[in-house]
Amino acid sequence: MDLFKIISDIEKVDPEVYERFDTRRRAFKHLTGLGQKLTAAALPGLVGALFNKAYGQGTGSLPADVVAVLNLALQLEYLEYNFYNAGLNTPGLIPASEVAAITTIRNDEAGHIKVLRQALGNQAFSQSDVPVTAFDYTGQGSFPDWNTNTAKYFGVAQSFVDTGVRAYKGGAPILINNKDILQAALNIHSVEARHSSHIRTVRRALASNAVGTIVAADPNDLNNKPKSWISGQDNGGAAPNATPVNTRPVYAAGGVVTVGSTPLPSPAEDNLMHAQFNAQTGSTAPTGLTITPAAASEAFDEPLDAATVKTIARNFRSAAGAALGLFNP
Amino acid sequence: MATPNHTPAPDEAGIGNRLLQPIDRRLFLRYTGVTAAATGLLLAGCDDDDNNSDSNAVNVGTGDFGVLNYAFALEQLEAAFYTQLRTGSYYTGLGANSAEKQILDDLALHEKIHADFFRAAIPANGGTLIKDLEPDFSSINFNSKDSVLKAAQDFEDLGVAAYNGAGRYLSNPLFLSIAGKIVSVEARHAGLIRDLRAYNTFVANDVVDVFTPTPGSNGPTPFSQGTGTGLERSKTPSEVVAIANNFLKSGSKLNVSGIS
Repeated sequence: MDLFKIISDIEKVDPEVYERFDTRRRAFKHLTGLGQKLTAAALPGLVGALFNKAYGQGTGSLPADVVAVLNLALQLEYLEYNFYNAGLNTPGLIPASEVAAITTIRNDEAGHIKVLRQALGNQAFSQSDVPVTAFDYTGQGSFPDWNTNTAKYFGVAQSFVDTGVRAYKGGAPILINNKDILQAALNIHSVEARHSSHIRTVRRALASNAVGTIVAADPNDLNNKPKSWISGQDNGGAAPNATPVNTRPVYAAGGVVTVGSTPLPSPAEDNLMHAQFNAQTGSTAPTGLTITPAAASEAFDEPLDAATVKTIARNFRSAAGAALGLFNP
Repeated sequence: MATPNHTPAPDEAGIGNRLLQPIDRRLFLRYTGVTAAATGLLLAGCDDDDNNSDSNAVNVGTGDFGVLNYAFALEQLEAAFYTQLRTGSYYTGLGANSAEKQILDDLALHEKIHADFFRAAIPANGGTLIKDLEPDFSSINFNSKDSVLKAAQDFEDLGVAAYNGAGRYLSNPLFLSIAGKIVSVEARHAGLIRDLRAYNTFVANDVVDVFTPTPGSNGPTPFSQGTGTGLERSKTPSEVVAIANNFLKSGSKLNVSGIS
């Protein structure tokens, strides 16, 4: 059996055959490694599996770990989409100066839902959109005024989007062998970080009855006047003392994800160590500046493992959402 | 300064088109076991990248360390920019407690830390560092707020697009994880600098393939009915260095042909 001859023949009817194999580089590596030992009898089965994977995307062929990452992402996108959409549909909640931004963010989430659904195909956790009724944005009564108090609304928004950024960051390494899906996920991840940056800017301004970027962050009141990046653990986030659900876990440590043989921990956001590099003591500040632990922590965001993300997110599902299995372990 | 020309991607009929981006034949053949010698010949025949033709160029190398050196190069550029910014009259004229000073101080710190991270981590993990690069910021007026912030925006957006476009070339999950820790901070920077220049431009169509829903009375139904994807417009290493090399002196220009 001449694999190259087969692929060459396929190319005549499908010029994109080489592109199709790109997402399946792992499959090819696998084949190459075994190349010397393959018997003629074993080869057809392997090749069949390979082609099934190359052409089967979106029809039940993605590996289970990839599906799990994308389905958690999809559920988080629904959590956010419905939150922003509900806010936009609540007269007076979102200041006129911010309606355009929240609309942009809402629309980005819809785009992400579209991308994730197309990647997952029939492996999506649900074939229909998850409605707003699947969520409880009071967080089990912790934020009863989420849709009447503008500051509270933006505080909850910050908590959701920061959870989302950490979730994508934690999931991305699991996608390492599916290059095009990885790239799509990275291209969502950075957009979520842009959202977080803006939501935080809005919160600083709201806390000073201002609009725009003129208000400096207050390192002594990061709960209400955060930087556009996460400083330390942001003193627990927007609502560190809410009850029964507070925002501290959004910035705290999570669990370990092992990819291949590489353990990837989820340190708290005030972490300073990255692959044996201490971001405070290992760096030299520009003239006139000092690298404080806060500054060093700001330079790196941290991932969060799926189990911890789901534990946070389950606080915001309604009974209907629970019935759908949203954020189930 | 040069501005990237953004060509909006056509709306995709399906994710299949977007997710299945071209792989060139030489990469394919490499993965299928063609000998190194044959691959070398193919590479020689395929190298038509004008941006890499400077014989004094700094070659970032291959494999994961090629990607990390590429990131190191971009972080060096950003760190040097924010350090030089601090000598211009725009920065020195800012109020001690102003939001802008706080922001620019943070950015100078973050980018220096990123550069120092790669400077330490690449050799510590067995790679070989590229040399320190000499930036060329002659196109930037450091006394002008507009010039400085426009350059800052371009550098931050370029950094995000670069990390997002290079993640696929990493094979070590640890390095991919750390790149992820950095890129979201770059995206936070980009969002705020953009907002600083023009409020509510933290996301815009030049950097994100914005999604426009099909009109509906209460949001689109289904939610994802509309054009666009909401994805960042990532850039390939060769696209990035075509821009970054405008800010590097001869002898410090980058060659990324080894990243694949």
